[in-house]
Amino acid sequence: MKNRTMRHALWGLLFISPWLLGFLGFQFYPLAMSFYYSLTDSSLVKTGDFIGLDNYVKLFSQDKDFFPSMRVTLLYTFVAVPIKLAFALLVAVLLNRNSKVMHVYRTVYYLPSILGASVAISLLWRFLFMNEGVVNSLLGKLGLPGVDWLGDPDVALFTISLLVVWQFGTSMVLFLAGLKGIPSELYDAAKVDGAGRFRTFGAITLPLLTPILFFNLVMQLIGALQEFTAAFVVTNGGPMKATYLIGLKIYDEAFLEMRMGYASAVSWVLFLFILLVTLILFRSSNRWVHYEDGGRK
Amino acid sequence: MMPTASRRLAKASLRHLGLALIGLVMVYPLIWLFFASFKTNTDLFGSLGLWPERFVWDSYAKGWQGTGQYTYTTFFLNTFLLVVPTVLFTVASSLIVGYGFARFSFPLRNVLFAVMVATLMLPQTVILIPRYLIFRNLGWLDSYWTFIVPAMLGCFPFFIFMMVQFIRGLPRELDESAVMDGCGPAGILFRILLPLTVPAIVSGTIFQFIWTWNDFFNQLVFISSVKKYTISLALRMTIDSTGGATDWNQVIAMGILSIVPTVLVFFLAQRYFVEGIATTGIKG
Repeated sequence: MKNRTMRHALWGLLFISPWLLGFLGFQFYPLAMSFYYSLTDSSLVKTGDFIGLDNYVKLFSQDKDFFPSMRVTLLYTFVAVPIKLAFALLVAVLLNRNSKVMHVYRTVYYLPSILGASVAISLLWRFLFMNEGVVNSLLGKLGLPGVDWLGDPDVALFTISLLVVWQFGTSMVLFLAGLKGIPSELYDAAKVDGAGRFRTFGAITLPLLTPILFFNLVMQLIGALQEFTAAFVVTNGGPMKATYLIGLKIYDEAFLEMRMGYASAVSWVLFLFILLVTLILFRSSNRWVHYEDGGRK
Repeated sequence: MMPTASRRLAKASLRHLGLALIGLVMVYPLIWLFFASFKTNTDLFGSLGLWPERFVWDSYAKGWQGTGQYTYTTFFLNTFLLVVPTVLFTVASSLIVGYGFARFSFPLRNVLFAVMVATLMLPQTVILIPRYLIFRNLGWLDSYWTFIVPAMLGCFPFFIFMMVQFIRGLPRELDESAVMDGCGPAGILFRILLPLTVPAIVSGTIFQFIWTWNDFFNQLVFISSVKKYTISLALRMTIDSTGGATDWNQVIAMGILSIVPTVLVFFLAQRYFVEGIATTGIKG
């Protein structure tokens, strides 16, 4: 009998061994190494000497790009993600009924998310928002002045954010799945109690959707804090570094300046920041995320 | 006060008007892009309309020739050479690992599973540089191994998680009766469970196809010679190397072609897609 359990365990380990290797070799080891590199002056061509926290000190005290870059990244994240999720939720609520037409809408809304941050879409954004672009000529037709969407440092980040908001489809589908899971008896009961539409939304729909909202929020925040392609291809960090997200800075430091050690330090600061945001979210979730089993489990 | 029936109708029409308007905003840019590939340069700038004033028919043929020594035939082939094995190995390794987690008990299983799920949130940016150096030491830079080997080794926890969830939903009695019939652990996976996991395999394939196809960042970092460029890289090269007098319609035409496979897969497998994402969540 003992023998059988052991064989069973060995088979299990055998089946998960590809992942175990991959995890150790391509995730855990790189994570440890990136921390080590961040304490060295490594370049692209050679592993450098151990210099302690010098990179971090330099990052916080001398690097004139770091804080502006972090500011832009935070601004971008905390503008784009809430707008995107609010919009996704609104549309999901509007779409939540069973009919063929709704399927068509759902498909149409989902399509941009499929294309992601592909280069073609970034190219499209450049054409839509340049000075002689589609958006400005539409504004012109409405008698409104054009906006320098990509050239004005105060606007460019917003233009990039719009690209992300446009791709709200994935979050919307998740919300839709959640809405479908809400038992209709709850709505019937609310009707009997004479609750209006907004009251019902606030008292039933929203609380029951909080687990999905939480999930969406965590994944979108982690993604947004690392955003790269949109800012790289549409504006290349400009104008005047107004869209120079921290992801772009890491790329530049590592592969243009070839300062691997320093770039690793920047990426670790980003990592710790992401960790902090995620932890705060998880901590706060007890208060606002509603689980059907009361959060015990 | 209006009678209820007509009031309901008015409300429904209002809703549809709103939804249709949002829909228009969503797809108009894509439709515009398609028609833009047939426009002349002057027509491209500053015109809101879809229909070209004068049709340019050769933008696809000319754009396909590329700007340098390689045509888009090379870039498309390259992309498939990268994407297809990556997708196949991702799905295969995720199925095997998922089976291990879902059906076997071994020391530290729960800890390892938690670690695996936690890596879902590991920022790719942080491990990028050491990965680059590892691949360089292995001599894999500028080759598709940088994508294929991690796929073989289950480096996409999202899909493993999906497989685990799916296999857990299949009755264990199936395995047990297969054991009675003399089936070993591998036999159970490939003969009994594999056919039943087809829905998960299909959604995994579609997701990974589209994500790998659209991926730009990793391709930018790991692939350096133009000969091995994928479409994303080729497209960006064209955008960057072209000056003021560019035939933008040709660039746009190639942009359109670069998204055709994604859109095609989306429409062909739409049902799986929406269901897959609804049951497993994540990303986008």
